[in-house]
Amino acid sequence: MATATDTIEALAQRDYEYGFVTDVEQDTAPPGLSEEIIEFISAKKNEPRWLLDWRLDAYRGWLKMVEPDWANVRYEPVDYQSICYYAAPKSDDDRPKSLDEIDPEILATYEKLGIPLKEQEMLAGVAVDAVFDSVSVATTFREKLSELGVIFCSFSEAVQDHPELVRKYLGTVVPRRDNFFAALNSAVFSDGSFVYIPKGVRCPMELSTYFRINAMNTGQFERTLIIADEGSYVSYLEGCTAPMRDENQLHAAVVELVAHEDARIKYSTVQNWYPGDKQGVGGIYNFVTKRGLCEGRRSKISWTQVETGSAVTWKYPSCILKGDDSVGEFYSVAVSNNRQQADTGTKMIHVGKRTSSTIVSKGISAGEGQNTYRGSVRILRSAEDARNFSQCDSMLIGDRCGAHTFPYIDVANPSAQMEHEASTSKIGEDQIFYCNQRGIETEDAVSMIVNGFCKEVFRELPMEFAVEAQKLLEVSLEGSVG
Amino acid sequence: MLRVSGLHARVEEQEILRGVNLEVRAGEVHAVMGPNGSGKSTLAQVLAGREDYEVTAGSIELDGEDLQEMAPEERAHAGLFLAFQYPVEIPGVGNSYFLKAAVNATRKARGEQELDAMDFLQLLRQRAKLVDVDEALLRRPVNEGFSGGEKKRNEILQMAVLEPRLAVLDETDSGLDIDALKTVAAGVNALRNGDRAFVVITHYQRLLNYIVPDHVHVLQGGRIVRSGGSELAHELEEKGYAGLNGDSAGA
Ligand SMILES: Nc1ncnc2c1ncn2[C@@H]1O[C@H](COP(=O)(O)OP(=O)(O)OP(=O)(O)O)[C@@H](O)[C@H]1O
Ligand SMILES: [Mg+2]
Repeated sequence: MATATDTIEALAQRDYEYGFVTDVEQDTAPPGLSEEIIEFISAKKNEPRWLLDWRLDAYRGWLKMVEPDWANVRYEPVDYQSICYYAAPKSDDDRPKSLDEIDPEILATYEKLGIPLKEQEMLAGVAVDAVFDSVSVATTFREKLSELGVIFCSFSEAVQDHPELVRKYLGTVVPRRDNFFAALNSAVFSDGSFVYIPKGVRCPMELSTYFRINAMNTGQFERTLIIADEGSYVSYLEGCTAPMRDENQLHAAVVELVAHEDARIKYSTVQNWYPGDKQGVGGIYNFVTKRGLCEGRRSKISWTQVETGSAVTWKYPSCILKGDDSVGEFYSVAVSNNRQQADTGTKMIHVGKRTSSTIVSKGISAGEGQNTYRGSVRILRSAEDARNFSQCDSMLIGDRCGAHTFPYIDVANPSAQMEHEASTSKIGEDQIFYCNQRGIETEDAVSMIVNGFCKEVFRELPMEFAVEAQKLLEVSLEGSVG
Repeated sequence: MLRVSGLHARVEEQEILRGVNLEVRAGEVHAVMGPNGSGKSTLAQVLAGREDYEVTAGSIELDGEDLQEMAPEERAHAGLFLAFQYPVEIPGVGNSYFLKAAVNATRKARGEQELDAMDFLQLLRQRAKLVDVDEALLRRPVNEGFSGGEKKRNEILQMAVLEPRLAVLDETDSGLDIDALKTVAAGVNALRNGDRAFVVITHYQRLLNYIVPDHVHVLQGGRIVRSGGSELAHELEEKGYAGLNGDSAGA
């Protein structure tokens, strides 16, 4: 009889379910990065001068920076001159007015991913701004939203249609020279989403974007900016999956959130990019800067993420709690299987009085995966009566993987109340046997146990997303555990 | 129904079972008693297919089928149920969700229609009542934070829902208060019928007042050293295991 460990190993041998490549003619810039390329990108997008200058300043800053090496991840150095910084489907100049006009091959790709766009229009409550390669090719529900004054469009469109808003907020949360990857993104960002919720409006549907990296040898540089004006509310979903490929792909996204007084932003991510094969070849490098500013009093920003994909993940969705009584939350499930490496966590920076933050992190390591939680909680002098609760749990599946926890705490105001809990558990053979004895197969048992472990995070996800997240977790652990 | 012959099993190089013979027929209740560390739980775990225990000799048959050829879940599907001496906690997994998964995995394996949410809930409620398990316990994560007695009762609930052919109860009476003991016994008795058999591992004669066994066995040093009717349990209660040693051990 096979041991539970053997079974887990066998399950780990499964291939990535979503691996396939769509062949669409690309309109790409030559590889390499220079001021000329940045000018090309900016011109392609018909951008105003100030934005080109903004990009160029980021680029000049980036040239002087060195790639960070403090994260607990190892990967082949990225050759930034071999990357193509611009790619768009040919239909870019002539954007489709309805889904019928979309390349059937693109639609078929979405179908394979279980994202039938046609049905999504009818799927009440979800508006889709789908990103294919670097350019948005489909946007729905826009009209309904515009009645409420909600702006939900691609970043490029926002630059054309709402330049004053973009100019006012772009780079205010993540400055263009914030860090190596953010500076790179600022220089070459291709597209992404823009959301503005006017005062007092509760966005009536989840805003959802499916990302997908598709062009060969093309870096993906998404830029997302969400502004929630006073007293407004929005729930934003970001999800993705990716095709099988051989070369490593760089992904360096930037997400900026601004919440004004009494506004709430809920940002949920399910990330399932190609993690590489069993030897770790070909996976996505995911170096993301996500940060939210709780600008106004009683504002609230919640990050919820389910990270199952990518070969290397470097990601710390953060909150700057500036407004008094503002609230920051971070709920995370990160899975590292086979040779995957994840170094992820959050930063909570307490500036305002009575600000509070909650961190719940669940790291799952399987195969030879390495999972690191890196979190920083800073209570500034000004943050009277601030509170933080942190809980970091790690689960190990098998004995060749690793879990690491680096919590940094920096308290400059003695009135702060800090609570930190941490645990590491090995998925128990006794738990699996118990399930087996009740008739449940090992694969199902593991996924049940892991889902139970992640429950506190999953329940923060919007309903339909939670289902998808569980499915992804199962798929990615099938590729590793169960 | 169950036939164990010449069973030898070891764990970590140490031989624990040294030639166990046991035959259980449909409709019977067998009690297995014996001092601490004599191998009772080992026997139960070997029956259920725990891989840490290596069977070095002998055979186990359930309804004529060789259990050793079967994975633990296949044994469960074949109708074997083990109430654990130390039930396992599964944080975050709802008790009733878990049971539904168990029931449907079993039904699926048997080629039966899976129960939908409504039908399952009805079954669960009815069985919970039978073994007097509070509905609040059904909504909590499997065994997490359950008291010792609640865990044991939960095992009996699972048994009542899964309706096994052969149930092995490993010290299900330990840690139960007297009322709980009676409910557990009542639950077992309610399930007793001509097609079903029980192997009840216990240290106490008291349980056997409520679940009257057809046969009592004494396991000592990895072997059944004595077998008899229910009166054997009374004898043990009086004399202890030491009192047996002078007798015809191995009879
Ligand atoms: N995994 C294991 N590793 C090492 N020794 C073990 C293991 N499992 C059981 N044993 C040993 O095997 C012997 C029998 O244990 P077992 O649990 O079967 O006893 P038991 O009869 O059920 O005792 P109790 O009445 O205390 O429950 C004991 O000496 C025990 O220490
Ligand atoms: Mg025991």
